[in-house]
Amino acid sequence: MKIAILSGKGGTGKTTISTNLAWTLSKIKSVQLLDTDVEEPNDHIFFDISFTHEENVELLLPVVDNNTCIRCGECSKNCQFGAISVFESGAMVFESLCHGCGVCKMVCPVNAITENPKSIGKIMLGKINENLKFGMGLLNIGEPSGVKIIRQLKKHIDNSAEIVIIDSQPGSSCPVVETLRNVDFAILVTEPTTFGLHDLKLAFELVSEMNIPSGIIINRDSSKTKIIDDFAAEKGIPILMRVPFERKIAKIYSEGKLFTEYFPDYQEKFIAVYETIKELVK
Amino acid sequence: MKQIAIVSGKGGTGKTTLSSSLGILFDNAILADCDVDAANLNLMFNSKVLEKHEYYGGKKAIIDHEKCNNCGICKKICRFEAIVFDGSYKVDPYACEGCNACVISCPQNAIKLEESLSGKFYYSTSETKNIVHGNLTPGEETSGGLVAEVRKLAIEKAKSLKKEIVLIDGAPGIGCPATSSIAATYFVIIVTEPTSSGIHDLKRIIDTVRHFKRDFAIVINKYDINEKISKEIESFCQKENIPILGKIPFDETVENAILESKPIVIFKDSKAAKAIMEIYKKLIKIIKKEEKV
Ligand code: SF4
Ligand code: SF4
Ligand code: SF4
Ligand code: SF4
Repeated sequence: MKIAILSGKGGTGKTTISTNLAWTLSKIKSVQLLDTDVEEPNDHIFFDISFTHEENVELLLPVVDNNTCIRCGECSKNCQFGAISVFESGAMVFESLCHGCGVCKMVCPVNAITENPKSIGKIMLGKINENLKFGMGLLNIGEPSGVKIIRQLKKHIDNSAEIVIIDSQPGSSCPVVETLRNVDFAILVTEPTTFGLHDLKLAFELVSEMNIPSGIIINRDSSKTKIIDDFAAEKGIPILMRVPFERKIAKIYSEGKLFTEYFPDYQEKFIAVYETIKELVK
Repeated sequence: MKQIAIVSGKGGTGKTTLSSSLGILFDNAILADCDVDAANLNLMFNSKVLEKHEYYGGKKAIIDHEKCNNCGICKKICRFEAIVFDGSYKVDPYACEGCNACVISCPQNAIKLEESLSGKFYYSTSETKNIVHGNLTPGEETSGGLVAEVRKLAIEKAKSLKKEIVLIDGAPGIGCPATSSIAATYFVIIVTEPTSSGIHDLKRIIDTVRHFKRDFAIVINKYDINEKISKEIESFCQKENIPILGKIPFDETVENAILESKPIVIFKDSKAAKAIMEIYKKLIKIIKKEEKV
């Protein structure tokens, strides 16, 4: 079963939930944890990982041979991203705008364009313990989009693992869609604030549109407000778990440690979350 | 007019808390909420929408099944795995980047690109503030473009209203929305938290800001939640010659202010508000060039 961990915005505790859930479940099942937050991956900080595999993620960037180029302008006319311009001196590619789609090469009448791979990031795979495998992607600084890294990382989903936990990038834009593709369930991590609710609504809109069943974990729960509960009741979204606001938990997190190690009763709660999800996915 | 961006490698470090507060302290500023994935600033000011604009960011391919003869060329040509086959060939609108490759390759002329509504952006006002903010349609990809639109409108409004400062609440991360938030700004404030993951994110956002050659300084939020890591951040900054603009203590009042969605500086006597006041004073000096960063 593939479970994605989402949150409308960053900092709601997505990393905390992903790492603790994966670690706890690995005591009873074989688990793979994938960190697809390729802009700011954090899950690896919480574990001692022996990495066994690394690979580059590449885009094919056009290279123009300006001795062959006849300055016809077809490439720049057909590029949808303004990534190639033609000057008297020849055609020039703006790498940071280029999506590597191959259109310019297709339309060039004199075959002046070839392609060269350029690394935009990497994928690292490894093992945390016998029952817990790990994978993450990392976007290079200055690169605009990590979608391709997520796509490639997800090709490494281990089908022998009983549970795959995928820690998504925050938000609800296209990297998140890439993460959500083909998952069985989405856990929406939120906090009981006006912002939390606002962002939860966006995340819920997205998973509903993609027909993915979902449930909520309220992090930093507070008895002072019921806004998340009210929204969940209105939409019929199950609340899977609550983690109260506690300075102790925040401190453990800040040190890069798993709070379930210090509060074993939460291990039971996480296992119960998994049991609930199993029922919901049926 | 000067543009100041407030960013963090990851959301949830207190970026909006700081920008909303600075928004109140700078009385001659317009606010631009560039976190178009999760725009929150307007909620803080209880503002009313005056203008609404539509943003057509990207195009998407669609296949005309009357013309298509299922040859499968489009699926082979698409580099974004955006053409799927389930009995007939279809475009997955979430994956399509609108590159046009399939359109020019289809022998039946069965595909065309259509404009798609990628988001909306707004100009709102409250009693005290003018805010430009945007919302990306969930699942869309062109958020960098929408961020650019939000900034453009904010600059326009700042000019016509004669505002000195455009205060940008930046998009989190280091990808295209984040870099669109900082490109060509006058000054960047990076907000961080003393956690192991915070340090990790901080280094990535610093590299990103340096990549774009912006002047910047650091604010450590909740610095006393883990003093050891705070010290680590400070010595890292010292070594790298990065100025620290201020340190905000952990303060329960902030949690309450967030619950009520109010900027923390309203609670003048709180520890956090006082720290932000100091940050504001330093910032004024930097802007007036009395102090070197
Ligand atoms: S590969 Fe695509 S995006 Fe890049 S320059 Fe060519 S047409 Fe433009
Ligand atoms: S399409 Fe080919 S020949 Fe024409 S301008 Fe571009 S690179 Fe040169
Ligand atoms: S290339 Fe054109 S005709 Fe062939 S499958 Fe695609 S849409 Fe249909
Ligand atoms: S427009 Fe480009 S990305 Fe979209 S389906 Fe066609 S080839 Fe794929």
